[in-house]
Amino acid sequence: MIKIEHLYKTYHADDPERRHEALKDINLTIDDGEVYGIIGESGAGKSTLVRNINLLERPTEGTIVIDGKDVTDYKGKQLLDLRKNIGMIFQHFSLFAQRTVLGNVMFPMEVQGKKKDEAEKRALELLDMVGLADRAENYPSQLSGGQQQRVAIARALANEPTIMLCDEATSALDTMTTKQILKLLHRVNKELGVTIVLITHSMTVAEAICDRVAVIENGSIVEEGPTKEVFANPQSHMARALLGLEDVDEDGRPVGELDEFDAEMSREFAAPHAASAAEGKAE
Amino acid sequence: MDFNAFFAQYGALLAQGTWDTIVMTVLSTLFAYVLGIPLGVLVTITADDGLWPHKACNRILGWIVNIGRSIPFIILLVAIIPFTRFVVGTSLGVPGAIVPLVVSAAPFVARMVEQSLREIDGSLIEAAQSMGASTWQIVWKVYLKESVPSLVRGASIVFITLFGYAAMAGTVGAGGLGDIAIRYGYQRYQTDVMIVTIIILIVLVQIVQSIGDVTARKLDKRNR
Ligand SMILES: Nc1ncnc2c1ncn2[C@@H]1O[C@H](COP(=O)(O)OP(=O)(O)OP(=O)(O)O)[C@@H](O)[C@H]1O
Ligand SMILES: [Mg+2]
Repeated sequence: MIKIEHLYKTYHADDPERRHEALKDINLTIDDGEVYGIIGESGAGKSTLVRNINLLERPTEGTIVIDGKDVTDYKGKQLLDLRKNIGMIFQHFSLFAQRTVLGNVMFPMEVQGKKKDEAEKRALELLDMVGLADRAENYPSQLSGGQQQRVAIARALANEPTIMLCDEATSALDTMTTKQILKLLHRVNKELGVTIVLITHSMTVAEAICDRVAVIENGSIVEEGPTKEVFANPQSHMARALLGLEDVDEDGRPVGELDEFDAEMSREFAAPHAASAAEGKAE
Repeated sequence: MDFNAFFAQYGALLAQGTWDTIVMTVLSTLFAYVLGIPLGVLVTITADDGLWPHKACNRILGWIVNIGRSIPFIILLVAIIPFTRFVVGTSLGVPGAIVPLVVSAAPFVARMVEQSLREIDGSLIEAAQSMGASTWQIVWKVYLKESVPSLVRGASIVFITLFGYAAMAGTVGAGGLGDIAIRYGYQRYQTDVMIVTIIILIVLVQIVQSIGDVTARKLDKRNR
């Protein structure tokens, strides 16, 4: 279980000109085995929030509790061990270009000091699971985006984490490939029991895979709950805006009626989510 | 010009000179990298946005590198003669040239290394961090490993620069091609010796550059 309590993150706290409160009083509980979505506009603080979970970013205030342990101040060996338990995948895959696919998947085991032959065996199993066993000796530049993300997923699973963080993992991919990746993440969640925290700005993605979602706006959570409920009956302006139901200004305040252009845009962007989300679930 | 007579007279001299120049350059490039890589890595990771931010350390290293970079080689060469004597016992010949070559090249190498490392995308460093890699492992397995092609390209530039410096060192007692060009070509007006020396230098530089380019391309797995 991941428990985030009164989390604040302020960048450049001591420089009044650059000071930026990226997160404000975030409280969240993510249960074991669920797929938790974090949705919001660009710059809302989604990445910052997720990066506080594996302490790539340090909270300015507040605590991060994982499996009952307060990890907020973890350093050194403790921190490295914590991260071993939390896999992460990224929007642009972040594979090591000078290593083969196999070398990439072995990397996390290599840094944990696992024996080479054991690491290789496990890496090949993982590649088999993501359907890329035959590409083990290729380099990332020889793979498509979707294949690269599958390698990244295999790599993130190498040390048998119980949590996986996905930062816009499908944002650089087309619809078909996005579906494949979501299907794979769904399997990772169901078959391996990995808790998934998934950032997305796509309602389609959120609806397809998330059990619960939090809507974040200007560094605060404005709505939270089971995906179905939030989607069926959005309470916050931001959630309604993300669903294309109304428009908001920069501060998230409603701007009243949609004009014709906005309404059209909203339909264009929001309409496919229901249909394709259903497909995504069916798979 | 009678080639046979020319080579009978100067062949051995030029061969020895070429060999000395190559030895000077290769050894000083190697030693310069032994010093320059750690220096470059430290400058990179101690930067404010680095893996291991450390203001004081970064400033001091930056100064050292800049001072080293700002002294023209020919001045450094004579200025550190006492130091050179202290390290290798002489300021003459190949050993006497290697010390100033290394001292002047190490800061240059540090900057080249820093530049190569900075090309590495920050998200790769984060990915490695998220997998629980230590700072040392990230330096070794991500920064250095991922920048190998770029480092090789940098090394051929360093090598060629040192080649030129080695020729300069030749003018103050280091031997090698520079020495030959000055003594025969300049002081005794033997234009043919001067020309041949220059041709040898040009050919060697071309060879090194080509080897560097081909190696870097071969090593770079980003090329399909
Ligand atoms: N290292 C940093 N230094 C200063 N400000 C930062 C830093 N990282 C993020 N920010 C700021 O914090 C805010 C939240 O950034 P964050 O990356 O978390 O947004 P996001 O919701 O992930 O956006 P996107 O969807 O575009 O990725 C932004 O205004 C951003 O400019
Ligand atoms: Mg982001």
